Formats: sequence, structure tokens, C-alpha cells
Amino acid sequence: MSNSTRCAACRYLRRRCCDDCVLAPYFPSANPERFACVHRIFGASNVARMLQQIPVEQRRQAADAIALEAYWRVQDPVYGSVGVISMLQREISVAQRELAETQAQVSIYTAQVQSQSNQITQVQYLVDNAHLIPNQPPIPGLCQPPDIP
Amino acid sequence: MGGNSPCASCKLLRRRCTKDCIFAPFFPSDEPHKFAMVHKVFGASNVSKMLQELPLHQREDAVSSLVYEANARMRDPVYGCVGAISYLQNQVSQLQMQLAVAQAEILCIQMQQEPALPEPQMDADDKSFVVHNELSSMAQFMNHPSTSNVPQEALKREYPWT
Repeated sequence: MSNSTRCAACRYLRRRCCDDCVLAPYFPSANPERFACVHRIFGASNVARMLQQIPVEQRRQAADAIALEAYWRVQDPVYGSVGVISMLQREISVAQRELAETQAQVSIYTAQVQSQSNQITQVQYLVDNAHLIPNQPPIPGLCQPPDIP
Repeated sequence: MGGNSPCASCKLLRRRCTKDCIFAPFFPSDEPHKFAMVHKVFGASNVSKMLQELPLHQREDAVSSLVYEANARMRDPVYGCVGAISYLQNQVSQLQMQLAVAQAEILCIQMQQEPALPEPQMDADDKSFVVHNELSSMAQFMNHPSTSNVPQEALKREYPWT
């Protein structure tokens, strides 16, 4: 690869970019910040070594993951990607609590609906079968239905 | 740390451990694997630079997170920590979907029992709109792209170079 088409890594390191440069496919010259970040956190030789130890078909994902981790570490020099993990774990706790509360509400509403449905069924049964009940003395305190002609 | 007991980093790097060694407080000699991992992934000079740029009271946390990241990358050379992040993002999405389902259920029950149950001040059109939105949200989550391509999911969250 000529000087005019050096990858971002070789351009940053001011060296000749070979045809078999292991970093070139994943650090194009159009995106110099990406390599600058990775070099700052991991170092070019570490990244090259890590990529060489990975099968070729997985190197793109590995390079992307390394670049992400480097980016998060630059954004948060103390916690890096561990800070992102902590934030997600907090989000999960909040979502779990909210889900439990909402599901409890669903259970309450469902129980209320079921209870009302049962009451309606009982009343309907009594109305339908009132003619089968012989005349009974009034039960004190209970409101009696009107006489059925 | 000076004297006869070099810290783990100076022992690995085979150099004299001075009393102002930046690594000594965090990499004791009885935990050699900790520094070995960090050195393998980040490199001693990079770690030294990172620690020097931090105030003293934050260095311990920084070292802990670096050790965690290095360990994750040793276990998973392709995805490292990003694998765990993608898994957690997936969990958040699933919980949000379940929450949307439960909220839609409540609205359905309320709409069916309109005269009987206490309800928020919405008319039938508003409720239909809200239920439709909840169901659309559920449809989006169900059609959410698979996270098998792990870094892409984490990339969507916050990354300027996609």
C-alpha cells in the first residue's frame, strides 16, 4: 500500500503500510480518531497481536469491540466500559421493580373483575330460579322482593 | 515499595521497585496474575500513563475496572466486555417489552370494565390510541434485530463511529 493509501494506523505511526497490514482492514484512513483512541488505550502492537491471535472471520467484530472499549475508556478514564455495565445493571433493577408493580396491578384488576363476574352470576341464578322457592316467612333485616303476580 | 519486596509489576518487568512506583499500591507481589493480565491487554506503559492522569483517590477504582476489562478480554478475546454489555442491553429490552405488555393488559381490562373500575381521565379515543401505541411498542420489540452480531447492539447505544 502506497503512502497515499496508508491505513489510519500506519498513518498515525508514520510507517509504511504493507499489503498484509493486519490493522488496515479495520482502521481505514477515513476514520483516524478511531485508531487514535485505540492506540491511546491499548497500544498499536497490543491490538495487532490481539487481532493476529483471532481467526480472520472474527477480526472485524474484535476490532469493533476493542474500539468501543477504548472509546468508553477515553470518555470515562476511571471506569470505562465497566461504568456502562453498572449503568445497565441499574436500569435492569429499575425495570424489574416497575414490572413487578405493574404485574401486581394486573392481578388486582383481574381479581376485581372475577369477583364482580361471580356476583353477577350468583344474582342472575337467584333471579332465574326465584319461582322455584316456595313462599317463605320474611327474614328479618332482609329487603324482600315484590310479590310476583 | 522498596527494599526486598518489589511489587508484582516491577517483578514482571524485572526492574527495581522504587518507593514512588505508581503500580505498587495496586499490584501487590502476592497477586502476580492481576498485573500480568493488565499488562497483556493494555501494556504497562499505557496503564502507567492512564494512572498518572488520574487523581490519587480515583486510581484504585481505575485499576479495578482495568483488571475487570482485561479479565473479560482474556476470557473472550473477540468481544471482551462488550459481550456482557450486549447481553445486559438485551435484558433491558426484554424487560421493557414485558412492561409494555403488562401496561397494555391494564388498559384492556379498564376499557372492558369502563363503568365499574376507577380509571384515568381518558375518553375512549384516547384509550384506543394508548393501547395501539403499547401494542406497536410490543411489535417493535418483537421485531427487534437479533443480538447475535454483538458489537452492533452496543454500537447503537453510544458510539460516534458507526
